[in-house]
Amino acid sequence: MTSAVPIPLKPVPQHLRHLLGIEPLTAEQIIQILDQAKPFQEFQRHPLKKLATLRGKTVALAFFEPSTRTRISFATSAARLGADIMNLQAESSSLKKGESLIDTVWTLEAMKPDGIVIRHAASGAADFIARRVDIPVLNAGDGTHEHPTQALLDALTIRDRKGRLDALNVTILGDILHSRVARSNIHLLSKFGARITLSGPAMWVPRELECLAPNIHREPRIEKALAEADVVIVLRVQSERINEPPISLDDYILRYQLTPERLRLAKPDAIVLHPGPMIRGLEIDPSVADGPQSCILEQVTNGLAIRMALLFQLVSGAAPDAPHPAKENLA
Amino acid sequence: MRVVEKRQLLSAEEIDRTLQRLAHEIVEKSGGTKDVALIGVRRRGVPLAQRLAKYINGFAHVEIPVGTLDITLYRDDLSTVAAHPIVQSTEIPFVVDDQDLVLVDDVLYTGRTARAAMNGLFDLGRPKRVRMCVLIDRGHRELPIEATFIGRKITTADTEIVEVRLQEIDKEERVMLVDRVD
Repeated sequence: MTSAVPIPLKPVPQHLRHLLGIEPLTAEQIIQILDQAKPFQEFQRHPLKKLATLRGKTVALAFFEPSTRTRISFATSAARLGADIMNLQAESSSLKKGESLIDTVWTLEAMKPDGIVIRHAASGAADFIARRVDIPVLNAGDGTHEHPTQALLDALTIRDRKGRLDALNVTILGDILHSRVARSNIHLLSKFGARITLSGPAMWVPRELECLAPNIHREPRIEKALAEADVVIVLRVQSERINEPPISLDDYILRYQLTPERLRLAKPDAIVLHPGPMIRGLEIDPSVADGPQSCILEQVTNGLAIRMALLFQLVSGAAPDAPHPAKENLA
Repeated sequence: MRVVEKRQLLSAEEIDRTLQRLAHEIVEKSGGTKDVALIGVRRRGVPLAQRLAKYINGFAHVEIPVGTLDITLYRDDLSTVAAHPIVQSTEIPFVVDDQDLVLVDDVLYTGRTARAAMNGLFDLGRPKRVRMCVLIDRGHRELPIEATFIGRKITTADTEIVEVRLQEIDKEERVMLVDRVD
């Protein structure tokens, strides 16, 4: 006697081909990435931090803008997965010789990497590249547009510390206008119903930012902006992005530095994030940066977990149109 | 592709008896329980390892450490799989150095899962010994790997699939032999 046994179809998650920004992602896709980072968080505690998962794969790191932590984080993540790295740095000669962005990228692509991580000073650069190459593109920061891996590692840190992502009061302090980190964070946290308060010198917190997502408010007085905050994100004062600071540094410190006194206005269990590089004594008081509410170094470690999860997801598989092998299970 | 059940290999009762026997064998062949720890291979090796530990505790009155291993990152077929597999967590709450480890899985087939599991284990430390315990050994090995503790050895055709259903995961308890029908 034989009888037909129905086999339940596994739910197929919507797979990402590129990671260009947070804005186009769904909340479900974000949760999937955060969940997938979990085993990689544990992995960072292993005595032997080397996998062969991406052995034989090459990840091109194309940083057209100087970067230390993001580049090292991506390079370390790729190395820990066993991938090889092609490194293009902002100082390299072809850029200085005037080669166009797309020619440089096509040259890299001709060396057959399996994925490309790109940072560029122009907003939209990652999207521009993704439309012109056949390999997965990961945006490591494009102009003042987005820095999606930073927002994802921030979300992972917040979820670990708060136990949830939903309906948080989030205060972002500083130069929001020039911050791709702030934009990606706003997009991400808004998808989970965050109430976001932006605070900083008026020139850096223009009204247009309120259009990014629902439930965004501007509050020029930092004391009011911090009230009821669950999460405080302190941004770096990006002196290289502005020619004429609208405010002197002394004034900035006086009016906007996150001090222990000001942090006490937030919820008692509020956490403090900073995307780095951090300038102690400018945007943040050292005792806050080193205090129990600070998650700054956790963010750095979580960056590896997020980037390993994304590289694994985007670079490990065959091309999306490859035939599925008959033997799905190894058992 | 349809899948048709050909016959039942083990009933719930037989699974239980087999696991009790395997629990005794593990203790007997290890000369006791000193340094013995069980590592369940995701997914169905995990409840099996937990049950074995419970049975060992039942007669030897010792709490055997149990860990969980996810082998996704160690698979050798990732570059041929178009759909991206999901990595689950590996939870081994003890130091594997100098431990007498028993890998526990539901089915031993090509041996590639066992190969991947060993790579995963050796990334965590240097165990004194690694042996393997499986509920079903169905043959068709592609690597020089054998299990020390075997619940049931069966002869299968390559097209057939051994389906292990466990209460903890599948809400039913039995082992079936099924066949693909195109």
